[in-house]
Amino acid sequence: MAGDAKRIEDSPEFTNLVVSRWTVASILTLLVFITYYGFILLVGYSKETIARKIGDATTLGIPMAVLVIVISFVLTLVYVFWANSSYDRKVASLRQSLEEQSLEE
Amino acid sequence: MQTSLGQPTTLGITFFMIFVAVSLLITYWAARRTKTTTEYYAAARSVTALQNGIALAGDYMSAASFLGIAGMVALTGFDGMIYAVGWLVGWPVLLFLIAEPLRNLGKFTFADVVAYRLRQRPIRIAAAVGSILTVLFYTIAQMVGAGTLIKLMFGLPYEAAIIIVGVVMLMYVLFGGMLATTWVQIIKAILLLGGVTVLMLLTMAHFHFSPGELYSAVAARFGQAALEPGKLISNPLDAVSLGLALMFGLLGLPHILMRFYTVPDAKEARKSVAWATGFIGYFYCIIPLVGFGASVLVGREVIAGIDKGGNMAALLLAELLGGVPFLGFIAAVAFATILAVVAGLTLAGASALSHDIYVNVVKGGKATEMEQVKVARTATIFIGVLAILLGILFKGQNVAFMVGLAFAVACSANFPALFLSITWRKMSTAGATASIIVGALLATLLIILSPTVWVDVFKNPVAVFPLKNPAIISMTASFVTAFVVSLLVPDKEAEAKFSAERIRTYLAAGAE
Repeated sequence: MAGDAKRIEDSPEFTNLVVSRWTVASILTLLVFITYYGFILLVGYSKETIARKIGDATTLGIPMAVLVIVISFVLTLVYVFWANSSYDRKVASLRQSLEEQSLEE
Repeated sequence: MQTSLGQPTTLGITFFMIFVAVSLLITYWAARRTKTTTEYYAAARSVTALQNGIALAGDYMSAASFLGIAGMVALTGFDGMIYAVGWLVGWPVLLFLIAEPLRNLGKFTFADVVAYRLRQRPIRIAAAVGSILTVLFYTIAQMVGAGTLIKLMFGLPYEAAIIIVGVVMLMYVLFGGMLATTWVQIIKAILLLGGVTVLMLLTMAHFHFSPGELYSAVAARFGQAALEPGKLISNPLDAVSLGLALMFGLLGLPHILMRFYTVPDAKEARKSVAWATGFIGYFYCIIPLVGFGASVLVGREVIAGIDKGGNMAALLLAELLGGVPFLGFIAAVAFATILAVVAGLTLAGASALSHDIYVNVVKGGKATEMEQVKVARTATIFIGVLAILLGILFKGQNVAFMVGLAFAVACSANFPALFLSITWRKMSTAGATASIIVGALLATLLIILSPTVWVDVFKNPVAVFPLKNPAIISMTASFVTAFVVSLLVPDKEAEAKFSAERIRTYLAAGAE
């Protein structure tokens, strides 16, 4: 089994799977960071932007706060759609070859 | 405004009794299906993604976030909204970094994952201490909040409130295990989301369903400043540190992580986080409308007159808009919310104590199924009684910092070890243990020296440590410790097992 694991682990398909998983995860995590800390630092360093009126009294900060929440949710959907299609398909084909290998032995 | 808040109204008590009766029926039903450890800790892995998503939302949306954020928005305006946003942003990160590997590698607790290829004993002990500390700090905050809120809502004595919460939630967890706890969370989350939606709609009806009109009314009454950033982010470094704690603390909360073992596989775990993010995001989007509505319709003076922290804003608004019956309903929902959150925490604490410490450390992983379930129930009683005692012990104390402390310990002690054990081949037993210990100690020490405790609780003039939340220092220190100690004290055996762990992490080969 240890040898098997090493062989699968070293296969280009597996490496590709892991790299694509963490590339997608890192980009999406970075987007959450940019969205959230962008908002927080804007509040910290540029109050006048946040306080700018966009209606009779409504300030720009209010839709921005809602937008941070909406973007966070949309990013989870992006991940789920990516993983349900692309990632799961790769996992299925790798698992199949894993089972075939253990049958041969 | 005349209010019946603080008196036990018949309707309020009736609503609460109905909730308790229904949840105990569920417990009875669940108890008959809870014989094995997998059933007790993980609801036999039979929970669907949607159910788990709602239950995760139920675990996370506490009475503090419902009543507290509504009150904060009512009294301070836009600052409360900034605060609300911070509570959501950890969820996508939880999905991207942890949820699926956690499901594929573990059985019942996150320590299963950390200990996967490391030496069991030291890791289990350290991880269980990290878990139990997080759970206890969180529970103290919930219990003290519960006693105070229930006293304000129903006029019950503080100790009686704590004992009722403790005993009822203990019944759920003790007899019904994870299955009953999950259904209690689901019912509570639906009641909470439904109740707050009705409250929001009744509020918006006063403003022709136009948020702009509501904000104009807020500005007319309290000045434009109510819609602008106030004092919350006076120190951006502090805000960044708090943000880190909220984001990565979620990834180390044992009662949240434990939920991922209730679903059948990683795909369901993934979907359940998306559901949870949707429900929680919706909740944090509408809560500010309730808060702003309360400030205009009820008035800041009235809200602050009843409770300085503003915690009664949503309840006063409910009474104003829907009369005593609606107040009774919303108060019962808040009570149910507290019960459910404490139940989830108790189960997580009990699993760390019984599964990690007793079964894997004391018994070296060898315990019969019957013995394991018995120990799980004994640990549940222990944690439940401890929760009641701590709630009574901390009566009248300012425990607002406790939730911050729970998140700081979670992100500094639990998260780095968990994340590195999944992703870093060279993570060693010594490295993981040291990182958990350094993270837990540093987070606790720095919170004690911070303005929230050193100045606000101990009444010293100046804080030793300037930041309100230590995450930026303590989490970094925990990661650095893990790197340095792992390289200094390597673990060849663990490195060798990493290949097999990766196959399981990404392909779910051999996952339970």
